[in-house]
Amino acid sequence: MATLLRPDPTFYPSPRLAGDAPAETLAYMVTFDPAAQSPDALLTVDVDPSSQSYRQVVNKLDMPNLGDELHHFGWNACSSALCPYAPHPHIERRYLLVPGLRSSRIYVIDTKPDPRRPQIVKTIEPEEIANKTGYSRPHTLHCGPDGVYVSALGAPDGGGPGGIFILDHDNFTVKGRFELDRGPQFLAYDFWWHLGYDVALTSEWGTPKMIEDGVNGELLLAGEYGHHLHIWDLPRRRHKQALDLGAEQQMVLELRPAHDPTRAYGFVGVVTSLKDLSGSVWLWYLEGSRWAVKKVIEIPAEPADPSQLPPILQPFKAVAPLITDINLSLDDRWLYVSAWGTGEIKRYDVLDPFRPRETGSVRLGGIVERTGWNGSGQLNGGPQMVEVSRDGRRVYLSNSLYGSWDAQFYPEGVESWLVKLDADEHGGLRIDPEFFVRTEQRAHQIHLEGGDASSDSYCYP
Amino acid sequence: MSWGEAWPWLALIGLGAYHGVNPGMGWLFAVGRGLQESSRRAVLGSLVPIAVGHEMSIVLVLLAIGLTQQLVPPHTVRLLAALALVGVGLWTLARPRAHPRGFGMRVGILGLVAWSFLMSSAHGAGLMLAPVLLGLPVGDHFSNPSQLGLTAALAATVHVAAMVAVMGVLSVVVYEKLGLGFLRRGWLNLDLAWTTVLLLSGAITLFSA
Repeated sequence: MATLLRPDPTFYPSPRLAGDAPAETLAYMVTFDPAAQSPDALLTVDVDPSSQSYRQVVNKLDMPNLGDELHHFGWNACSSALCPYAPHPHIERRYLLVPGLRSSRIYVIDTKPDPRRPQIVKTIEPEEIANKTGYSRPHTLHCGPDGVYVSALGAPDGGGPGGIFILDHDNFTVKGRFELDRGPQFLAYDFWWHLGYDVALTSEWGTPKMIEDGVNGELLLAGEYGHHLHIWDLPRRRHKQALDLGAEQQMVLELRPAHDPTRAYGFVGVVTSLKDLSGSVWLWYLEGSRWAVKKVIEIPAEPADPSQLPPILQPFKAVAPLITDINLSLDDRWLYVSAWGTGEIKRYDVLDPFRPRETGSVRLGGIVERTGWNGSGQLNGGPQMVEVSRDGRRVYLSNSLYGSWDAQFYPEGVESWLVKLDADEHGGLRIDPEFFVRTEQRAHQIHLEGGDASSDSYCYP
Repeated sequence: MSWGEAWPWLALIGLGAYHGVNPGMGWLFAVGRGLQESSRRAVLGSLVPIAVGHEMSIVLVLLAIGLTQQLVPPHTVRLLAALALVGVGLWTLARPRAHPRGFGMRVGILGLVAWSFLMSSAHGAGLMLAPVLLGLPVGDHFSNPSQLGLTAALAATVHVAAMVAVMGVLSVVVYEKLGLGFLRRGWLNLDLAWTTVLLLSGAITLFSA
């Protein structure tokens, strides 16, 4: 077990201190082959402006299997290791844990000997996860104070319930299920927590059967995809409260709690509304001793000629914004919202979380618009996975959602790119005209060396 | 008081200060709770349950030693204490990241007592005092259990008072002035030192038999 003499230099007690961290020089991004003909990969991208290989993919680590569908990933340890109730300050942020959303394997990838050329050191097999937890299709990872927490979409047979399981952060054995009492929770997707309040939250997409062959129109129109938020007692591992956003709100995805542990609120994106195809962002907040939720952003669908639309949208004569990812800056001031359908990323000032104020927007790709970048010609896919640097100045975007869903909304096939946006302190958002990386495979989540706005949690304000 | 009578008490104070400095033993938790509530009172208030939990852990060890002394010859007591120390020392070497489960930032007062008790016990904080405690007239001169308990409580209290004094100064200075940034460089890894003290205590206990 690796141990350090002083705390890992990338651990910060508070998000405020982490905001002063040095700029990242490397980004890691997963890519996958929707046809499962070539192995999925972890790319290392040089993002150091002073480097010779700036803006280039400097390494491609192929996975040893086909068809993993790499999707989200995370670190073995982060700033939460400084939390006082279970301190592990001398553990290293060193391993990337990279799940295959289809294969249910989790690769443990060591970034230490050479951060540019990480190596696979262990594979957690789906059987171990299934036997010890009853779960499958691992999705989100967060490094907790006492271990790595992983959400899973469902059971090995493709049904439910989905939930959370825990990995040992030293030897990566599967420790077991998180939930002691799951209450009414059945569907799963994302999770995160308010460490200052001993509260975890989970959101809802669908079971593997409901999503793996693409979005199912019948289930969607019947409001069967997830429309709840669940509140959990984190240390006691019990369900506390379910918040229903309404059955017309379909697919409650990315959870972005305030990073400051004294702030009891956060934002969650909803892909689409059955009422008018709008996408929305909701605020959850503590009201007395109960949690409440309220819609604070709504992005309307844009009317479109059906001939420009894929079959799934043709009956509606409109393109849905499809809010598939959101991200909150470390200072809890700026919220970024990806509208993957219309091809837009919006920036909001959320100083008053109840009244977000749009301050910037960039269009790229989109089902109808196909907005190009600096002479790139038309682009497809849209702003999807969004990652924000710790100082809040750089925003990285990739454009694929999920293999079988890409095929429904961009039937010609998503051609992937990674771009960088510059975010100024006044709320402006501008595309970096020099930074454009094309990838052979579909690009999904990006994480930054040393941490970013979705990688770490903090116990001190 | 002669040197022979004074050293165990000085050692108790010294080890109290050593336990107090370690952020993992509680002062950091006190600061965290204070920051969460924006209240210095919450910082200082947290030190009381932390002290009570630590004291309970030590009293338990003291009573175990005292009662064992009633039952078996001193040599055997030392042997048992030495084995326990080496055992815990080796365990902290194998599992330096062990910590009590089921706790979070919002533990109540009783939760904090329980956390401190478990944290102190798991790290052998009480056992670490065994050689010192064996130097005290805990069992030798008393046949009366109430006197035994009184000395045990006094020894534990001296130790914990020293610990709380150090914790109090550290937590207030960090909360009011220093901030937590210094932890990034200043939180030295004392796991090995801690293990060494446990093993050393074991050796002293054994060879002073």
